[in-house]
Amino acid sequence: MEKTACIIDVARLNFYYGKFQALKNISLQLESKKITAFIGPSGCGKSTFLRTLNRMNDLIAGARVEGKVLIDGRDIYAQDMDVVELRRRVGMVFQRPNPFPMSIFDNITYAPRMQGQHKGLDDLVERTLVRAALWDEVRDKLKSSALSLSGGQQQRLCIARALAADPGILLMDEPCSALDPVSTLRIEELMQDLKNEYTIIIVTHNMQQAARVSDYTGFFLSGELIEFGDSNKIFTKPDDKRTEDYITGRFG
Amino acid sequence: MRPRGIGEWLAYGLLYLSIVLVTLPVAAVLFILVSRGYSAISWEFLTAMPRMGMRAGGIFPAIMGTLLLVLGTVAIALPLGVMAAIYLSEYAGRGRLNRLIHLAIVNLAGVPSVVYGLFGLGAFVLFLKIGVSLLAGCLTLALMILPVIITASEEALQAVPQSFREASLALGATRWKTIWNVVLPSALPGILTGAILGVGRAAGETAPILFTAAAFFLPRLPKSIFDQVMALPYHLYIIATQVPNIPQNVQYGTALVLVALVLLVNASAIILRSYIRRRRSW
Amino acid sequence: MFPLNNPTQKGRRSERWSEWAIERIILASGLLTIVFILLIFTFLLKDSLPLFKVYPLKAFLTGRDWYPISDPARFGLVPLLAGSLAVTLGSVIIAVPLGVAAAIYLAEVARPSIRESVKPVVEMLAAIPSVVFGFIGLLILAPYIKSLFDLPTGLTALTGSIMLAFMALPTIISISEDAISAVPREYREASLALGATQWQTISRVMVPAALSGITAAVMLGIGRVIGETMTVLMVTGNAALIPHSITQPVRTMTATIAAEMGEAVQYSEHYFALFSIGAVLFVITFAINFTADIVLHRFRRVGR
Repeated sequence: MEKTACIIDVARLNFYYGKFQALKNISLQLESKKITAFIGPSGCGKSTFLRTLNRMNDLIAGARVEGKVLIDGRDIYAQDMDVVELRRRVGMVFQRPNPFPMSIFDNITYAPRMQGQHKGLDDLVERTLVRAALWDEVRDKLKSSALSLSGGQQQRLCIARALAADPGILLMDEPCSALDPVSTLRIEELMQDLKNEYTIIIVTHNMQQAARVSDYTGFFLSGELIEFGDSNKIFTKPDDKRTEDYITGRFG
Repeated sequence: MRPRGIGEWLAYGLLYLSIVLVTLPVAAVLFILVSRGYSAISWEFLTAMPRMGMRAGGIFPAIMGTLLLVLGTVAIALPLGVMAAIYLSEYAGRGRLNRLIHLAIVNLAGVPSVVYGLFGLGAFVLFLKIGVSLLAGCLTLALMILPVIITASEEALQAVPQSFREASLALGATRWKTIWNVVLPSALPGILTGAILGVGRAAGETAPILFTAAAFFLPRLPKSIFDQVMALPYHLYIIATQVPNIPQNVQYGTALVLVALVLLVNASAIILRSYIRRRRSW
Repeated sequence: MFPLNNPTQKGRRSERWSEWAIERIILASGLLTIVFILLIFTFLLKDSLPLFKVYPLKAFLTGRDWYPISDPARFGLVPLLAGSLAVTLGSVIIAVPLGVAAAIYLAEVARPSIRESVKPVVEMLAAIPSVVFGFIGLLILAPYIKSLFDLPTGLTALTGSIMLAFMALPTIISISEDAISAVPREYREASLALGATQWQTISRVMVPAALSGITAAVMLGIGRVIGETMTVLMVTGNAALIPHSITQPVRTMTATIAAEMGEAVQYSEHYFALFSIGAVLFVITFAINFTADIVLHRFRRVGR
């Protein structure tokens, strides 16, 4: 792994919900402009880990973090870290499409408006929607409610909405789990397309998906990162017996 | 439902009877007010000043007084109540302070209306030297409907899906901007329902304004918020008990106007609520 | 796109300040509810304590005469307290069986269409102003009571109790119904699966399981009734006597305040005495509501 391109550096990360330890001593480094996938059975901590990277876990009462997460060389859990700035840098797409009950246009421009940008929004909307491969489907109904779109379109809208905030890193928490196979395929194509510009980290329970889209893969089990490395290697010759058992479907 | 034996027939019979006993009086009250009061209702009755010691003319200043009281009350209680609800729903967490505030709200809701009147008299009229006035009445009523507004608003805020908040925060919006741009707009109809219920409550109350705002007889409209006002419920009390020889249809007519006003307000809240339930898309 | 190690973005600094200020304002609004309840109590005390410099507390609490404008004035709470209790007790006897039965019907027996049409009626009942109940009681019910019992006046504790029962019903019905509906479905299914009839299930499983919620509903109904003012002022006859029968006129604490404050000279003994009654009322309703809320809170935690 090229150290120079490393953008996220996690060291000895522990995470607790109250007394329950959800993440145990996680250390890894993620590379810029690659797709990294995290797999594992449900409850293994992969989503929790994803949410430590933009501090969405802050919203949960009783959550506690130990260890370091460096993004662009800055400790995001340091006292002087501004969570709002962090989340502008690290965008997120959720498991279920969650557009706001506003127009498509207002959804896309939400983050820029929050940051005080009120000019050039038309261009921005077109650019982002083109980027998210949704422009042709919605160009004539930008003012209609985002909730009128299909599930797959809603999820691409949510991706577009995240891109409009101009992040460098995009976290995707099982983004296709609520979608049909065709919509899933479109999102996967979109991810391949986006990785030239963005560092993408995806959590998925779908191993084929991880194998198809990712450059690197990590396998979580009971809060531990069992194995992390090149996707080709993980899915063909894993080092750890447990990884092999999981990807060959022997448990989970 | 298939009752077995005499005992169960009797039990179900009593349950049905209870519903009849609860609903029938409401119908009876409405029927009596309409049948005995409608003859008094006329354009003049609604828009003219009272004449001949309230025995003739209209009840216009009482209607206007109640509208002004209600308007002022909501203007004070709504922002305060919504902000308190935002604190409870969005900031307070589930800790001890939250519980304490909820206890305070429950007890505010339970304070007798005449005690609010005493407080308004002691605090606003005399201590702050506002005097018996529209303003003192609005402040007193605002305090009284605050629990209604807080409770309804908190419920409306908590009905907003957590995923909206997460989406907004993940886009780098601050907590307050998330509340202002995403949470509040979604909760607005529910908050309005609560405000309307508060209006209905304030419009019908007599005891809180008895010593703080209400004028016995004042055949003109208030010129400022420091003037006394007539109010519909107090006016009904006066003409029913304090002034002799008021024609019965004028009394019933006044009661009918008051009930119609209050029920109209409440009906609009109920309609708004069912509209929200149907329209809600999440 | 900007890396995270840039200096803080333009605009974020002022955004952080306004965020901080807004959060303080919102916190203050939340705390205001506590401040208000303390303020109400403080003002009640402030304007009632001066009475006891000139009139002994014991005489106020145990005195059997309320003659506020005789000379010397007598401020005995007992007849007023007795009046409030008589009216409250009467209305509870009427409203509790009726209200709980209606709640059981709505929660367990009624078809959805009936439930949806009865509930707005209950809400209407709650919405009718107390002065209108007083008006109806005065003009319709009182003459009827007078002739039925052959009394010198129809303005009695009974008249007040009947009218107040209707005002307590919405509270009792809606909170009891919530409590019964909150009983887990599994209880009902388990009982029915064991071959119990629906009535057996209701009376032996559902209602006992909801009992603490129903208790709280009754308490809140009592709180509502004891604080009710205009209705009792208009229909109970307002004689400050300790009643020996439900068909005698009584005068409640609330009606006394409402009737006399208009004539009491500001900051006079009479004024202070009326505030003292207010303080007593506040303490009583506070105790009732506080206990009811504790009961409900525990019910909600355990009941599900």
